[in-house]
Amino acid sequence: MEGKTSNEVFNREKAEATVKELRQSFRAGKTKTYEWRAAQLEGIARLIKEKESEITQALRSDLAKPEMESYLHEISLAKSACLFALKNLKKWMKPEKVPAAITTFPSSAQIVSEPLGVVLVISAWNYPFLLSIDPVIGAIVAGNAVVLKPSEIAPATSELFAKILPEYVDSSSIKVVEGGVPETTALLEQKWDKIFYTGNGKVGRIVMAAAAKNLTPVSLELGGKSPVLVDSDVNLKVAVKRIAVGKWGCNNGQACIAPDYIITTKSFAPQLVEALKVTLERFYGKNPLESADLSRIVNLNHFKHLTDMLDEENVSDKIVCGGQTDEKQLKIAPTLLLDVPHDSLIMKNEIFGPLLPIVTVDKLEDSFEIINSMSKPLAAYVFTKNKKLEQEFLSNVSAGGILVNDVALHLANLYLPFGGVGESGIGAYHGKFSFDAFSHKKAVLSRGFAGEAGARYPPYTPEKQWILKGLINGSIVALFLALFKRF
Amino acid sequence: MWDLELDSVVAEARTAFESGKTRGFEWRKSQLEALLRLLQEKEDEMCKVLEQDLGKHRVEAYRDEVGALIKTLDNALLNLKKWMSPEPVSLPLIAFPTVAEIVSEPLGVVLVFSSWNFPLGIALEPLIGAIASGNAAVLKPSELAPATSDLLASEVPKYLDSETIKVIQGGPQVAEQLLELKWDKIFFTGSARVGHIVMTAAAKHLTPVTLELGGKCPAIFDSLKSPRDKKVAIERVAGGKWGSCLGQACIGIDYLLVEEKYAATLVELLKEVIKEFFSNSEHLARIVNKHHFQRLCDLLQDQSVADSIVHGGSVNPEKLFIEPTILLDPPLDAEIMTEEIFGPLLPIITLKKIEDSVKFIRARPKPLVIYGFTNDEKLRKRIIEETSSGCIVFNDALIQYMCETIPFGGVGQSGFGQYHGKFSFDNFSNRKPVARRSFILELSFRYPPWNAKKFQLIRHILHFDYFGFVLCLLGLKRQNYRFSVECW
Repeated sequence: MEGKTSNEVFNREKAEATVKELRQSFRAGKTKTYEWRAAQLEGIARLIKEKESEITQALRSDLAKPEMESYLHEISLAKSACLFALKNLKKWMKPEKVPAAITTFPSSAQIVSEPLGVVLVISAWNYPFLLSIDPVIGAIVAGNAVVLKPSEIAPATSELFAKILPEYVDSSSIKVVEGGVPETTALLEQKWDKIFYTGNGKVGRIVMAAAAKNLTPVSLELGGKSPVLVDSDVNLKVAVKRIAVGKWGCNNGQACIAPDYIITTKSFAPQLVEALKVTLERFYGKNPLESADLSRIVNLNHFKHLTDMLDEENVSDKIVCGGQTDEKQLKIAPTLLLDVPHDSLIMKNEIFGPLLPIVTVDKLEDSFEIINSMSKPLAAYVFTKNKKLEQEFLSNVSAGGILVNDVALHLANLYLPFGGVGESGIGAYHGKFSFDAFSHKKAVLSRGFAGEAGARYPPYTPEKQWILKGLINGSIVALFLALFKRF
Repeated sequence: MWDLELDSVVAEARTAFESGKTRGFEWRKSQLEALLRLLQEKEDEMCKVLEQDLGKHRVEAYRDEVGALIKTLDNALLNLKKWMSPEPVSLPLIAFPTVAEIVSEPLGVVLVFSSWNFPLGIALEPLIGAIASGNAAVLKPSELAPATSDLLASEVPKYLDSETIKVIQGGPQVAEQLLELKWDKIFFTGSARVGHIVMTAAAKHLTPVTLELGGKCPAIFDSLKSPRDKKVAIERVAGGKWGSCLGQACIGIDYLLVEEKYAATLVELLKEVIKEFFSNSEHLARIVNKHHFQRLCDLLQDQSVADSIVHGGSVNPEKLFIEPTILLDPPLDAEIMTEEIFGPLLPIITLKKIEDSVKFIRARPKPLVIYGFTNDEKLRKRIIEETSSGCIVFNDALIQYMCETIPFGGVGQSGFGQYHGKFSFDNFSNRKPVARRSFILELSFRYPPWNAKKFQLIRHILHFDYFGFVLCLLGLKRQNYRFSVECW
């Protein structure tokens, strides 16, 4: 078992040794077989089943995550990722036959998926179980050896991985390395065949710069300010419930795809605020700080980041609901703010917490300018029955993913790619997209020796040029001549 | 010296992109058609600059660059509408009633760096992908192919929308300045050394990159029974080594691997084909510049390397020409066997058995392509399964460049990211999933406050246990899952 034990520090030498061992394992061909991949996935499925209560406990310790959320957002998603991969493994591993072009006639072509090799997965703290195991599942299903570095900001989950993962999978090819910045730095100095990072843009840049030293491809699952555009023609009761559960029911807003802010019309805002207030009370009671259904803020650092946002001048007076905080318990109540200044901290940075600013505009079409003035988010949401507005939203808003009339659900769908664009990231995963993210798609083109186009070779003549031109233009006559004319 | 004009040129492209003009089908089609017209109308000029920059014969220039681009454009125009349409995604029943699709949208303003060896092809091929997917683009052609760079700078603005498609000429300083700016994608073709610089700069802005690099592309030459097959194979090897840019091609054959008992025959056959195809050096390209010419000459300086020359070896500094040269078993630790050759020197490495070629290749960095001249199914299977490369081609060389149904790109040291055909379109797109839900069918157990019953319902649904779900909903199922006590 790797990682920080009493006197050991995971330094460069240890990182080198770890990668070396994994590389040997990979080169021996162990991880490439169907049997190995299936066995690992079955092991993980068993882990999830047998250790469900330990996982739930760790999540409660790290984040005070309600059991329902632990189940819904971490355990069940991990389980379905695993089972989906097992079900489709054979199919995904098969080479894909593709038509060959007429310019290479006669030939046959296929695309073979092969593992990249030895990959590094760096996980985040907010869904510390899911965001660790999900990419690891992808790495395994594609046949790679993998090192998982869970987030040190969720220490109970990190420790759990280090302890139990080796019991369920082949630890010569799948390793857990615990630690913080020094350990991650040591890992990033090594040569990987892929690095998969979930977290924030600042560290994402560090990861990509480190990867550049070895020309290592990266997937970066980052964040952003996910906007929610709310039209007045919607079923308000349902819309508000969906927004609320997508915001506060997802780790109390500490989720990369949680709604960050709402945009609606000046005229509709009061109704929306009222509906939200009613829903919040129904969900979390009159004293939300005491509700067992709300996660706490992960640590003091992050707590202060959020209270700084609330305390800013011209922002604190815009609170229309909530605002209660408890530093000792690291709890912040669901908080609504109305029309904070555009240049305030809360509007400039990703909130990642239970504060929900509502921005009002005269007409909804004005919202696109606001949304596009910020960097591209991981997700963007629109609640409307108006098809025209919906289409405008789709065309004008660039984001990792768009959901109409609901929030966050698309991440649970294994048929949709999950990933960002621009500041919200590079690459996508989930379902087959995970398999693809950790594979190299190798083209294999086969030709026979019949049908040799002498026109390809020097000495060049105008006649050869004519034939080549014809071949390129798809002329059958030229093809005939190309194949059969002797020079 | 910071060029402010450069910044404003790029800013103009961004403003133009943000106006939305590049997104419609009509704009993209018009640009691709204009590019096609450019290639057709300026074919002579293009062949001329390729001859100036690299000594390419007109037929080679057409076959490898102008013609290849025309094929790409024809294919893009034919498929553009299809590529642009959203892909419906079928979802499982549990997601009902959700409808989803994947919509491809442009990334924004992209930067394309071209290399000097196919200065037209490698500049315009990615540009076609960028345009087809609706981006604005800035192209920086290689300054080492100056005539082509000049031609692109003068002609592209005449045919294409110069507000959104820009050509910026210059050397490393210009490239450095461009790399400081924020792009939505950078597409780079060139050496690994510069690839590092590009990716490091891109990391500052989290810009996704595609790196088309190189490597030592081996050709495994197995024994072929039929003399006709042998002849065709040798011709293809010769074409694959010397026929395109005199060996200065990222997918050119770098070295051959052959069983020692066939080496002598192979050398003789190659000599014959060299005589047949390449007697007239006018039909061969030349080395791009003095620096590379000297680099190649230096590879032959080592006495043990020079001693292994079995054909050719003569050089002409004035004409920057090196004749097709064959070496037999130069030392494996000499630079000619450790660095990418990128020139007309062909080492032949002999092995006891041809199967040893797999081990030989595995011990070295992953190349852009592995060529296998063999009809042996077992050997083919081993090559596919036990080696890794950007791509594999059996029984031919270079031709994969023309096949737009397969992805073109490297792995490991040879790069990452792929293009050609639809892969180009996808390379410059953000594939955005769009899911639509309706307001009917609302599942109340999604919402807090949570309790054991809601939990049970969710578990049933997620296990696709619809029957159990219904029973539970109706209150007919005994709750067999206990919420842990702490939760209450």
